[in-house]
Amino acid sequence: MSNPKVSDSRGDLHLNRLTKRFADFIAVDDLSLTVPRGSFFALLGPSGCGKTTTLRMIAGLEEPTQGMISIGDTDITTAKPYRRPVNTVFQNYALFPHLTIFENIAFGLRRRGVKDVKKDVDNVLELVELGHLAERKPNQLSGGQQQRIAVARAIVNKPEVLLLDEPLGALDLKLRRQMQIELKRIQMEVGITFIHVTHDQEEAMTMADTIAVMNQGKIEQMGSPAELYESPKTAFVANFLGQSNLIKGKVNSRSGANASVNIHGIDIEVPITRMASHGDSVLIGVRPEKLNINAKSKNSIGNGTVTDASFVGVSTQYLVKTSWDEELVVFEQNDAGAPDIKVGDTVSLSWEPAHTFALDGNQDLAAGADVDHEAD
Amino acid sequence: MAFLHATAHASAPAIDNAAKKRSLTPYFLLLPGMVWLIGFFVLPIATLASTSTMTRPDGAAVGTYVQSLRFQNYLDAFSANKDQFFRSFIYAGIATLLALAIAYPLAYMIAFKAGKMRSFLLVLVVAPFFTSFLLRTIAWTQILGDEGPVVSFLKALPFFSNDIRLTSTPFAVVSGLTYNFLPFMTLPLYASLERIDPRTLEAAGDLYANGLTTFRRVTVPLSMPGVVAGTLLTFIPAAGDYVNAYLLGNPNTRMIGNVIDSRFFAIVDYPTAAALSFTLMAAILILVTLYIRKSGTDELV
Repeated sequence: MSNPKVSDSRGDLHLNRLTKRFADFIAVDDLSLTVPRGSFFALLGPSGCGKTTTLRMIAGLEEPTQGMISIGDTDITTAKPYRRPVNTVFQNYALFPHLTIFENIAFGLRRRGVKDVKKDVDNVLELVELGHLAERKPNQLSGGQQQRIAVARAIVNKPEVLLLDEPLGALDLKLRRQMQIELKRIQMEVGITFIHVTHDQEEAMTMADTIAVMNQGKIEQMGSPAELYESPKTAFVANFLGQSNLIKGKVNSRSGANASVNIHGIDIEVPITRMASHGDSVLIGVRPEKLNINAKSKNSIGNGTVTDASFVGVSTQYLVKTSWDEELVVFEQNDAGAPDIKVGDTVSLSWEPAHTFALDGNQDLAAGADVDHEAD
Repeated sequence: MAFLHATAHASAPAIDNAAKKRSLTPYFLLLPGMVWLIGFFVLPIATLASTSTMTRPDGAAVGTYVQSLRFQNYLDAFSANKDQFFRSFIYAGIATLLALAIAYPLAYMIAFKAGKMRSFLLVLVVAPFFTSFLLRTIAWTQILGDEGPVVSFLKALPFFSNDIRLTSTPFAVVSGLTYNFLPFMTLPLYASLERIDPRTLEAAGDLYANGLTTFRRVTVPLSMPGVVAGTLLTFIPAAGDYVNAYLLGNPNTRMIGNVIDSRFFAIVDYPTAAALSFTLMAAILILVTLYIRKSGTDELV
């Protein structure tokens, strides 16, 4: 009993057509995914998108309705949680309040019958830089310290996969930033596969090598942070990851490297390689910082009226109402050449074709924009 | 500046008064409780203590006692009734253990598995209090009676003789004690189990502990405050109880409560009854102190 057989499978984590149905809704819908061994992987999505359910199925805390989970070649779909080479950092840390920090960390080692736990525990305490707190009880620690102990308690077991369920949700902004860097450092040092569930797109982008954006039980898009940001494939991803200006348009022609798209009577160019749709009806997307005010970039949409300006330090964010009455967001760097623009001014807007992306036109312009990023 | 000085001076006495009023408020709030405690706890205890060392003058009427500081009363009372003393603690101890064994799974089920039934089950735990304690105890004489279901069932089994009786036995007394104090065990256990974060248990499973190990290493330690509170709330009144032994027992199952009862009301031997009451109180206090020390939960209770 003190030495349960823990599967020692090694390799990539595969989710194959995983589905979880609860009584009245489908939390995870036919999800397939491969997480390469040793990567820092983020599952990103609004609350209720099924990311935590996915995590709990990997941990063995929920049983999938359908589908398969495997690590390397070993099927762990129905294995008990205590038989999986997987450890979890829980959202509220779930430290054992009756045990000291040392015993909290040693818990997993002792259950597996490791004889000399002191060295391992001391090493991992050193890794999270909290060696001096070994004899304290969890409630004597600050939130950030508890968070690091929760990570230490999981990685001391050298799991094949470490699951992190919104691990930074309870921390304040400054501490969260610090812990993001800290977690990334730990991941690089131990080389374990990290799967990080979060609703915070900034957190996911800061930390992960690969992000899977989830919405309503499905993966909308998967890729590196830069890939997702520069070339979103759906309106949801475009709006959920940062901000996007989406404009309805019709494809005039596709010839050579660029397509010509008509938006509200103005023809602009979009690189064919950045078009996610083959249809004629498209959504044209431009990130706010790629829009230029009073400059002569190739895709020009003429004049608009500034309706709002807010200074946020590194940049100023403008809302500009276009000739077709859509408000576009524009970020202007506050550097030497920053123009002096006030609300009510008339300005011209333009951008480079290379910064344009085009999506399938049959989507809600606001998909993913109205979801609450900070919801828990 | 002058203006500031003036206001400072003017307001100083007002602040003083306010501070004085505030410092008296706690005592006013304490007053009802203190009066109650003095009238219904301190004075009776003092009277009882003084009674316990009285003696009856030669030739005085029954029930007439004078103070003579005879501490020998305690030794006499104890040595004459030590069987009942030990019996009380043994019965109360067995009843406490049985109640714990019954209440723990019950409280665990209500706290973790009952779902929407939780409130309803809690009401059921408390429901017996809606009828009289005496009535419920008398009902046990029928449950355990010679023609009752329990005896009939036992008689049907091969390893009991046909003249088996359960009423007026130690078994009946302990059953009655266990039954009567079960809610006092269940409720504190439920309260402490319900406070356990289920994610702590999930974390144990995640850290390679199977169900049994999780229960031993996490659930039980975290429910210790409830175990301690429940066992105290059961053991203390059970040790002093006399109703169960009176209604369900026989002369050989008399507990110390029965002795005190008969000394006070039948024999009218106030000093012995008072001395026994004090001895019982001291014994329980010592046992409880040792128990709390041993279980190491003083910070949790």
